[in-house]
Amino acid sequence: MASFYGTTLPNPLMLGTAQYPSPAILERAFRESGAGVATVSLRREGAGRAGQAFWQMVQDLGVLTLPNTAGCHTVKEAVTTAHMAREVFDTTWIKLELIGHTDSLQPDVFGLVEAARILSEDGFQVFPYTTEDLIIGERLLDAGCEVLMPWGAPIGSGRGLNNEYALRVMRAEFPDVPLVVDAGIGLPSHAAHAMELGFDAVLLNTAVARAGDPVAMARAMMGAIEAGKLAHDADPIEARDMAEASTPVIGKAFLT
Amino acid sequence: MTIWSVIGAGVAGLAVATELVERGARVQIFDPSGPPGPHGCSWWAGGMLAPWCEYENAEEPVLRLGQQAIDWWASKTTIQRRGTLVVAARRDMPDLRRFARQTEGFREAGPEIADLEPDLISFNKGLFFDAEAHLDPRKALHDLHRNLLAKGVVFHQKPAPTRPENAIDCRGLHARDTLHDLRGVKGEMLVIRCPDVTLTRPVRLLHPRMPLYIVPRGDGIYMLGATMIEAEDSGRITARSMLELLSAAYALNPAFGEAEVLEIGVDLRPAFPDNLPRIRRLGHTIYANGLYRHGYLLAPALAKGVADLALHNTHSEMVDEDRA
Repeated sequence: MASFYGTTLPNPLMLGTAQYPSPAILERAFRESGAGVATVSLRREGAGRAGQAFWQMVQDLGVLTLPNTAGCHTVKEAVTTAHMAREVFDTTWIKLELIGHTDSLQPDVFGLVEAARILSEDGFQVFPYTTEDLIIGERLLDAGCEVLMPWGAPIGSGRGLNNEYALRVMRAEFPDVPLVVDAGIGLPSHAAHAMELGFDAVLLNTAVARAGDPVAMARAMMGAIEAGKLAHDADPIEARDMAEASTPVIGKAFLT
Repeated sequence: MTIWSVIGAGVAGLAVATELVERGARVQIFDPSGPPGPHGCSWWAGGMLAPWCEYENAEEPVLRLGQQAIDWWASKTTIQRRGTLVVAARRDMPDLRRFARQTEGFREAGPEIADLEPDLISFNKGLFFDAEAHLDPRKALHDLHRNLLAKGVVFHQKPAPTRPENAIDCRGLHARDTLHDLRGVKGEMLVIRCPDVTLTRPVRLLHPRMPLYIVPRGDGIYMLGATMIEAEDSGRITARSMLELLSAAYALNPAFGEAEVLEIGVDLRPAFPDNLPRIRRLGHTIYANGLYRHGYLLAPALAKGVADLALHNTHSEMVDEDRA
């Protein structure tokens, strides 16, 4: 299991805490799926100290907390939010999200690199939400990141892995960097797909929180992630064009 | 004869007092802030009696218990039984389909939208929940208050005496001093006036982050609500929330761009972790709280549950703790 800034995750499911019908359902989704990391937004859930009751509930889940800068559009906003997160949650982990486009919520990768450098120099351990672009990945590593979190598809779109080729290349290019598919997961098969490609974890929120039964969907995601990881580690066969019989046929009676 | 002291004159307290009085009990009400007004969060409510729509994001008791609310309120105040129309922008059709899957009690509305609400231009797909209703929350509070006065209930504009016998605590978020699992969920709303647009029933515009709605109050006045933020400052509306609320109105009909903004309301909804109300008896006090965004929808069921416990010692499903 990959190490995220020195921490080994209990399992590869990072689950967001936004948009659930109630905190009680959020709590059950975590408990029954066993997700090991909770991401939490500081910006949306109240400025200043106002989100305290909800944040306390997230911390009471007893899983690792990964605060995020969701909703930030500028480097300055993201840096300020990260500082607040460090104080509130007493962690140097920060999921850095810097939105560049309102409709697609595509990350502003230029601002992202800049903010990642500022925060890394300031002692943060940055989990950058990025695209599948290799060069941006390089720049983020240069800026001090030790984890990369490319999108599968736009946030909340539920489209799965839009660019499997690029994600494969990214995995091959950064074999020793913990990689997380973040955003775009809609179905357990998408999450399994990411794990089969050799990603170290999957981060998702909407697919669970907005499902008709979030608790059941959280369990389904965990099952799929475990399946995908097991399959990857089991060295799956490669696809081929022609049939290959699983038992030798030469000499069998029916051939004569 | 026992005198029940209801503490708090918001929708919960007034509904509880009304239910008790109707069952023949004697009641007095304490609220240091006085009669219903802007100090209470039920003043700022939408007043939608919409159990079928709310079921989209709530648990089953909201659907079942909420249905009782319509007739309860109809016997106390003026309500409008005109249903609810749910629409979405073309790009958000997946949200409309999801809403349809997760609710019941509607019919699909296509060209019918133009018949129901001629001013709802540019929406040709929606859901019509025809059994739902709405009311004016401030008139409803006034009507409950007036009826209680007429029946001899005494209002004390002061805090309740410490450790009163036979108390029913309906103080909303103020009861956190005892109910530690209560939290505040911030809501922001606007009241606007726009005589150029005529809508006659609540309209919900689906939105990926929050259910935005507009409720007609008559005379060209509309309530626009409401944000749902897990935060506990009730200070001021944020620019982002204001933008989202006004954009929703503008999306429904661009003529709302000319509306006057009459009021901005910000307050905290008292909620338990499952966002369902609770009744708890601790010593001599019955606590009734946690109506969340369902003040008018669930206050009647809450009031009945309190009266059942107080007068008949029967435990409704809302009672989660009884240490009398």
